[in-house]
Amino acid sequence: MTARETLPILGFLIGAVLVSLFVTSNVVLNFLVFTLILAIAAQGWNLLGGYGGQYSFGHAAFFGMGAYVSAILQQRFGVNAYPAVAFGIAAAAVLGYAIGAMVFRAGLRGSYFALVTLAFAEVLRILANATEITGGAAGLLISLNLGAGNLQFADRSSFLILGAVLLALAMLITLALEKSRLGAQLVAVRENESAAAALGVDILAVKLRAISLSAALTGAAGALYAQYFLYIDSNIAFGTWISVEALLAPIIGGAGTVFGPLIGALILQGLSEGTKLLIGKIPGLDLIIFGVLLILVVRFPLHRIPGLLAARWRGKGAP
Amino acid sequence: MTGQGRDPAFLAVRDLTKRFGGLTAVSEATFDVREGSITGLIGPNGAGKTTLFAMIAGFEQPSAGLVLLDGEEITGRKPHDLAKLGLARTFQIVQPFAGLSVRENIAVGAFLRLPKRRDALALAEQVGQRLGLGPQLDKPAAALTVAGRKRLEVARALATRPRILLLDEVLAGLNPSELRDFLPVLQDIRAGGVTILMIEHVMQAVMSLCEHVHVLAGGRIIASGEAAEVVRNPAVIEAYLGPGAAQRLAAHA
Ligand SMILES: Nc1ncnc2c1ncn2[C@@H]1O[C@H](COP(=O)(O)OP(=O)(O)OP(=O)(O)O)[C@@H](O)[C@H]1O
Ligand SMILES: [Mg+2]
Repeated sequence: MTARETLPILGFLIGAVLVSLFVTSNVVLNFLVFTLILAIAAQGWNLLGGYGGQYSFGHAAFFGMGAYVSAILQQRFGVNAYPAVAFGIAAAAVLGYAIGAMVFRAGLRGSYFALVTLAFAEVLRILANATEITGGAAGLLISLNLGAGNLQFADRSSFLILGAVLLALAMLITLALEKSRLGAQLVAVRENESAAAALGVDILAVKLRAISLSAALTGAAGALYAQYFLYIDSNIAFGTWISVEALLAPIIGGAGTVFGPLIGALILQGLSEGTKLLIGKIPGLDLIIFGVLLILVVRFPLHRIPGLLAARWRGKGAP
Repeated sequence: MTGQGRDPAFLAVRDLTKRFGGLTAVSEATFDVREGSITGLIGPNGAGKTTLFAMIAGFEQPSAGLVLLDGEEITGRKPHDLAKLGLARTFQIVQPFAGLSVRENIAVGAFLRLPKRRDALALAEQVGQRLGLGPQLDKPAAALTVAGRKRLEVARALATRPRILLLDEVLAGLNPSELRDFLPVLQDIRAGGVTILMIEHVMQAVMSLCEHVHVLAGGRIIASGEAAEVVRNPAVIEAYLGPGAAQRLAAHA
């Protein structure tokens, strides 16, 4: 990872700070914060799915784990928000490792892997809906306690900066992975497992590291969600919606690229909000339009052209 | 095996057997590969050569038998562990990382012993040049010709810095001039201290490269010896051309 390679990420951060300074519309800020949370969750999926070729349909498991563990620690045990969020992220990583150990050791790949991860997320959703410590069906409120020390901010622009910093971190982690031995081995596993094994790649170990890191990032998005909305329930935290968003954003924006998840999340949220705004009056029509636009975006990925050009340019310049 | 001094076998295969259900693909195969040699493994189609390689390299569990590398038993170990021990294989059906460049393909092999990206890329470049892939280094692997893909298979394996290379028909499908270019490359690899065991149908290459040849037919080793001597062996001729062929050939001569 060279300084030059981190420049686009720095540019993104500066852009986010500028937006937080000059944009005052709560609607817009809300939209951006939510998009950033999605982009972080999607960056987690991208690590395992985009770089490793393991398509999870159940990243809600990690999002929910991050959200619930950090919320429960704060609300039920009086833990400060910062360590609570850290524990939430760690718990998601451990869950990722545990699911990976079961699923990858059993040799599940492709659609089997996708289905089993979906099942894990669903089981967790049902459990969270039924147990007491999670607040059951009523959900869990984090008490309002404004202040940077509690990671709660009255203004949305502070959250925008927090989200942007976290996403920038996630992008830096992804970039570092891309340039590392683990990253090369992960991509090799995606391309051809037998060939990778023949070249000394420990496939199970590589997949386990990838799913742990992936789960940690998506868990961070979950914890940030809880911190922003101060409320979660099982359908939010472990719901299929976040599994789908985390997977669609990188696929639309460019799986296996550092900026793909952010680009995809912006497009997804833009389309979804845009259609709602324009044609919100007729119920269901916005969803239909959204669906059609989604198909068009997936079919004609025009927005990926800058990325492709950059890749060509890098390919020529780099050693 | 001789009783005098050190066992000369660098790779020793003992009674190695593989059954797929009712089919015995390899049956009690026993042979040695000497350190620093280029050894050939020949035999008709379906003889079990690739299956034998797959067992040695840890991709298939043997039904019975042993494999020893430099005196250490390695039977049934995982492919990646064997690669770390210095045993590398290529695939008869080439398996490029299609979405990666040639350089990145080779670098995956190089990363085995070099944790730093800069070093792995440098080794990939060096190995790529050595195998004549220099001009293609930044092309996608999917864009290579057949000959190029075979070279890439060897380059990736070589980048793991193996002690022994198992090459599965890396010369198949090459035209005569490509063949002429490739033979010295293999000799050069051996000269660099890498033992080579190669499955090969191109007899011209076997005769000029291999000091020792084992013949597998119907899953069994039916002959072993110097290349020139083995191809005159009546059992070998019959394995390739059918029963009675050796006699008929002798009568015509
Ligand atoms: N996974 C498998 N399951 C069942 N049968 C197999 C399997 N792999 C190989 N065989 C059978 O084992 C026999 C030996 O096959 P193998 O590929 O080892 O031969 P080979 O000597 O490499 O042939 P070729 O020269 O054509 O490459 C064949 O009859 C093949 O059909
Ligand atoms: Mg074969």
